[in-house]
Amino acid sequence: MEWEAVIGLEIHSQLATNSKIFSGASTAYGAEPNTQACAVDLGLPGVLPVLNKEAVGMAVKFGLAVNAEIGQHSVFARKNYFYPDLPKGYQISQYELPIVGKGHVEIELEDGSSKTVGVTRAHLEEDAGKSLHEDFQGMTGIDLNRAGTPLLEIVSEPDMRSAKEAVAYMKKIHSLVTYLGICDGNMQEGSFRCDANVSVRLKGEETFGTRAELKNINSFRFVERAINYEIERQIDVLEGGGKVVQETRLYDADKDETRSMRGKEEANDYRYFPDPDLLPVVIEDGFIEATRGTLPELPDEKKARYMEAFGLSAYDAGVLTASRDLAAYFEQVVEESGADAKQCANWVQGEVSAALNKDGIEITESPVSAAMLAGMMKRIADNTISGKIAKQVFQAMWAGEGDADAVIEAKGLKQITDTGAIESIIDEVLANNADQVEQYRAGNEKVFGFFVGQVMKATQGKANPQQVNQLLKGKLQS
Amino acid sequence: MSLDKADVEKIAHLARIAIDEERVPDYASNLSGILGLVEQMNAVDTDAVAPMAHPLDMAQRLREDAVTESNQRDKFQAISPKVENGLFLVPKVIE
Repeated sequence: MEWEAVIGLEIHSQLATNSKIFSGASTAYGAEPNTQACAVDLGLPGVLPVLNKEAVGMAVKFGLAVNAEIGQHSVFARKNYFYPDLPKGYQISQYELPIVGKGHVEIELEDGSSKTVGVTRAHLEEDAGKSLHEDFQGMTGIDLNRAGTPLLEIVSEPDMRSAKEAVAYMKKIHSLVTYLGICDGNMQEGSFRCDANVSVRLKGEETFGTRAELKNINSFRFVERAINYEIERQIDVLEGGGKVVQETRLYDADKDETRSMRGKEEANDYRYFPDPDLLPVVIEDGFIEATRGTLPELPDEKKARYMEAFGLSAYDAGVLTASRDLAAYFEQVVEESGADAKQCANWVQGEVSAALNKDGIEITESPVSAAMLAGMMKRIADNTISGKIAKQVFQAMWAGEGDADAVIEAKGLKQITDTGAIESIIDEVLANNADQVEQYRAGNEKVFGFFVGQVMKATQGKANPQQVNQLLKGKLQS
Repeated sequence: MSLDKADVEKIAHLARIAIDEERVPDYASNLSGILGLVEQMNAVDTDAVAPMAHPLDMAQRLREDAVTESNQRDKFQAISPKVENGLFLVPKVIE
């Protein structure tokens, strides 16, 4: 039997506003508990929510970026449930008339092909507070600083067929919201979170299988693992003659498994109804057009430009444009160095990315700034150093030993381009290796590489390779 | 539509309202009466009427995105039954 997975994602993206969606309290992360929870956030009697204009603008930006219809008449609804970190007893969300309607994004798959994934809708809502289950006199501690932080919940169509596709989609949305500047994308701090709806069916079936909802997935790596675990689990259940139960499951990253959140799932009955405290939100054409004018160059457009203007491959352009910060870094290197864009791309994707991964830091924290890398690229271009020596210079810059010129000077890495100096080294090498010279002259051209190696060794790699080749050829043929 | 005892108990549970067992039949009959009225209204032909989300025919006013609230935690927590380290304490919630 061949099984097929069907996956849809619900992504919660915290909007990067200064104040909350319905109150003037700050949304800054990391404050002392409850110091940013005002009367509205606490749900005290008599308070009224007033909608944040910026949150509306950000939602519209997202809608335009995924080619969606903007809900010009959208309505807030109460989603009723009881939990101590939701003091009002309901979450203000949107139900029937969301601010962003049907849209779509393109994702790239590993084999280089692309696929369209539908965005069902995106709606504005308020985040809940945080429950701390450590022991406080046998009680639960509640911090309501996060309560009322604006969220854009982005719901996809069940268009993904593998964990890898789900990750590609999630990365695409992450890239879009960070490009748009509407979310900081910080997954550790919970600014960008994801729930996954997963079901399996026999390949070729039309109808969907029963789905499970996976919660609590806070990294791209865990999304892939959690979904793969869940697909396997459901296939095992079905092949064992069992039935998949519709339920919410929690992903446990430590054990790499999903487990049922509640023994007995009570059918959700949120009793949604329009919130009488809030009037319908009307978005005029003028507002939409003005917002369209503020959209930055988005990843797909940037990618196309890199391929066109810099002659980069689709793969290279895709990697460089996945993050706005990485793209900005790359463009600064190209601009300031005046070097070949492909060569700059190789450095950014090669040495820079490897060093970032190794130290587990982001491009914005790179100890080698774009200006420093550009400075080094210039020294490659003007033949001060070879590409090989440049790797040494890069490592030194990474270790904080100064910019390229300082490192080249301090370590004496300047390339030897003085013909006389190289010639005298070549003479010495040839004199010391008379046997190999005989072999070469007898027609064994392979030993040429040996001579080059010896010259480079004698100069600690600093001789200009083209010059060495040329001079060596001349000497051996004379 | 008429509600039975189980419906009333479910509604009370969802709303976290403790109800007196003896009064359940009363509640069931009262709530059924309300639903009866809703059914009566549902019977009216409203095909030509656009649904309203709010009785006022006005649009939501928006506020500028500015922080206008200061920290008043001490005041708010003065009326809370139990606090510790700035947290509100509530009966233990089991995940």
